[in-house]
Amino acid sequence: MNLHLKVWRQKEAKSDGRLVDVEARNIPEDCSFLEMLDIVNEDLVGKGEEPIAFDHDCREGICGTCSLTIDGVPHGPSETTTCQLYMRKFKDGDTIHIEPFRARPFPVVRDLMVDRSAFDRIQQAGGFITARTGSAPEGNSLPIGKHLADSAMEAAACIGCGACVAACPNASAMLFVGAKVSHLALLPQGQAERTSRALKMVRTMDEEGFGNCSNYLECEAVCPAEIPASVIARLNREYALASVKDGVA
Amino acid sequence: MSSSTVRKAPKDPAGPSAPTAAPAPPPPAPALHPPAAVLDAKIPSGALEKKWERHKFESKLINPANRRKYEIIVVGSGLAGASAAASLAEMGYKVKCFCYQDSPRRAHSIAAQGGINAAKNYQNDGDSVFRLFYDTIKGGDFRSREANVYRLAEVSAAIIDQCVAQGVPFAREYGGLLANRSFGGAQVSRTFYARGQTGQQLLLGAYSALCRQIAEGSVTMYPRTEMLDLVLVDGHAKGIVVRDMVTGAITSHAGDCVLLCTGGYGNVFYLSTNAKGCNVTASYRAYKRGALFANPCYTQIHPTCIPQAGEYQSKLTLMSESLRNDGRVWVPREKGDKRRPGEIPEGDRDYYLERKYPSFGNLAPRDIASRSAKEACDDGRGVGPSGFGVYLDFADAIQRIGEGGIRERYGNLFDMYHQITGENAYQVPMRIYPAVHYTMGGLWVDYDLMSNIPGLFVLGEANFSDHGANRLGASALMQGLADGYFVIPYTIGNYLAPQMGKRPAANREEFQKAEAEVRERTTRLLGIKGKRTVDHFHRELGRIMWDYCGMARNAKSLDRALKQIPPLREEFWKNVNVPGEGEALNVSLEKAGRVADFLEFGELLCLDALERRESCGGHFREEWQYPDGEARRDDEHFQHVAAWEFTGEGAKPNRQVEPLVFDTVHPSVRSYK
Repeated sequence: MNLHLKVWRQKEAKSDGRLVDVEARNIPEDCSFLEMLDIVNEDLVGKGEEPIAFDHDCREGICGTCSLTIDGVPHGPSETTTCQLYMRKFKDGDTIHIEPFRARPFPVVRDLMVDRSAFDRIQQAGGFITARTGSAPEGNSLPIGKHLADSAMEAAACIGCGACVAACPNASAMLFVGAKVSHLALLPQGQAERTSRALKMVRTMDEEGFGNCSNYLECEAVCPAEIPASVIARLNREYALASVKDGVA
Repeated sequence: MSSSTVRKAPKDPAGPSAPTAAPAPPPPAPALHPPAAVLDAKIPSGALEKKWERHKFESKLINPANRRKYEIIVVGSGLAGASAAASLAEMGYKVKCFCYQDSPRRAHSIAAQGGINAAKNYQNDGDSVFRLFYDTIKGGDFRSREANVYRLAEVSAAIIDQCVAQGVPFAREYGGLLANRSFGGAQVSRTFYARGQTGQQLLLGAYSALCRQIAEGSVTMYPRTEMLDLVLVDGHAKGIVVRDMVTGAITSHAGDCVLLCTGGYGNVFYLSTNAKGCNVTASYRAYKRGALFANPCYTQIHPTCIPQAGEYQSKLTLMSESLRNDGRVWVPREKGDKRRPGEIPEGDRDYYLERKYPSFGNLAPRDIASRSAKEACDDGRGVGPSGFGVYLDFADAIQRIGEGGIRERYGNLFDMYHQITGENAYQVPMRIYPAVHYTMGGLWVDYDLMSNIPGLFVLGEANFSDHGANRLGASALMQGLADGYFVIPYTIGNYLAPQMGKRPAANREEFQKAEAEVRERTTRLLGIKGKRTVDHFHRELGRIMWDYCGMARNAKSLDRALKQIPPLREEFWKNVNVPGEGEALNVSLEKAGRVADFLEFGELLCLDALERRESCGGHFREEWQYPDGEARRDDEHFQHVAAWEFTGEGAKPNRQVEPLVFDTVHPSVRSYK
């Protein structure tokens, strides 16, 4: 099939970007969206032009690197991530808009690549359980009910891609932060740092320029890891409780 | 998957039952190059089960106040890198950690599905440290080091404890205790798992520990930064040269020692289950600086991957091996049968695994299942558009337990298959084909995980020591974390203690020279302005590697590969087109540097495969097989590690050996009939 692409090209963070028309020719319908871009890039390089820069790595939906906004939707019409989107979802002659994940805390690095290091900084603020190597008790000394373990796993499945932020009109990171806070707050191991974790992660989230949740729930709709929006409710509870405890202390 | 039994070698390997495809093994010839030196792995003396304990006691300690005076460079942030960086920083060392991804959380360890082995014996089914050790040695076809493997089994239980403490949400029983499942090559249930995302959860655990140390200022993290050279000062590894992948800036970092945790080299085959960015550059640069590369020919091919759909294909996707519990593998009986699968009656089908391996059937081990699929396709009986695929058919299982039953067991896999192929595997059989997914070979290390270059340590898949010629399922995660959490924190002191105050400045001549070489290479790549893309050369190399050094190898095919790779490399350096500039983000340039190294490394891999004139584990030489097609090891001549020494551009590398001594187990023939 042949497609008309409108691709965001931007040399670097500080320069202006714009949508550029690119033709994608002879694209097999069995290839993935990223393979379609590979083919386009081979053409561009063949013509002596610079390829379109985009982030990708595992190409099996788990590393969370790929991050395209396709026709206005983060990860496009994929059921999971951009890398798991196949061209049979499109028709010959379609026009496709390809942009980076849009959010102020995710500045464009080049073309379709963005800087998501704000997520790392939120995690560094408190997204962990302090457990020095070597100091752990025997694994079975702390039974955790299956239901609880499954809920923690559901939240822990977040791949950190940032689609939730890109989809949110407020550029809120509350699904991402809520997933980590829920995962660790649900587990008995996470109790000791429960209060400080919620406070530090939320404060860092605000400092990084992410907005607040106003219940659009676009995040849940685009999340490739199916993180439920209920983690946001839990985050709000955890933060409120932590603020009270913090005020009392 | 399945267990194995040990059997005696047939008395007459070339007897009348020998199929024509299996010629009598030629008499083993001596190695073409007599070894220059015998490598010393510095394995502690004493009884196997006391070695590690004793070694830990005898290892040098560095007092906590002095540890902050050391700077340790860790390259890679996967299970091995993240766990090592976090653990060493917790001890008080200053750590600099580098990764090419935009975040350390995205290293390819994240894609591991199945689980992690540990000798906890929670199932009361007879597991023990010794049994895990034995299964791993045997699974590796008796080509790994007893002492290393025993240590791995010994620390395995502590890994689970550590991960639980970090909040890794392992699967649990209703009573709240940890759940286990069984996995290939073992008759006990010792695999811990977190859904089908065990690698992700373990990596996020190590990443969270790393995050804590970054916040404390003990680890400085350098994402989107690629190591392009190793710097030696007076023969010791004291630093690296890196390229900032966003600005293109080339800089040096000095340290008291360097840890390479940079993963495997599966992408030398172009198509593999590895992430697109996985590469051999860090290891290969170290090799060219004098580090020995051990057993590069040991590559593992996974039997159940989705077949390649076309020339444009960029990677292969693994489908869990568990599917073979309910699926039946078949191809048409006749060559060129183009009927749709549903139109081919039972009598015209060849369920070749059930036919050839009646007792294990569809659960034959990975290497055997992979080779059999290749044989069927080479015979012209492959299915799918490319002819490189075999059916994995669930019709019988659906009749037995219903579509709902199958959905319950494998629903997510069927969904994934549908997303990728557009086919509904509840109605038509899946098509599968083997793909490269793990490499057992790697840089040679001693018992302390230090290479032959003092100060250069190698951890995880990047080293060679624990899996021999074949890795068992759920053992890669175990080894990465064992190396990082529980081995390197003890062994690093032996090197570091006498090195206090010897860290060079990063502007020394050695660094400037290495930087200049990296710059020169970059300029050269950008200046070629040829007609072919980098991917063209990578695909071409992959085709050579897969066709001539893939699932089965022989002297003729390897000779062909060794004749075709040098001209391809030559053409690369004359005719590759790398657009853009060096001092900016340049994806083509990154790829070009990696492919340039693969073009040299592929030759080394084939050379190692040629000179290992025996079949063992993932290395199957067609000349060395029993009449029934089983791999024929040659313990007399090849019970050793082959470690290759770089001897100069264009010169044949030197093959050194480390004899493998088996004091505790006795090498036997593996059979799965």
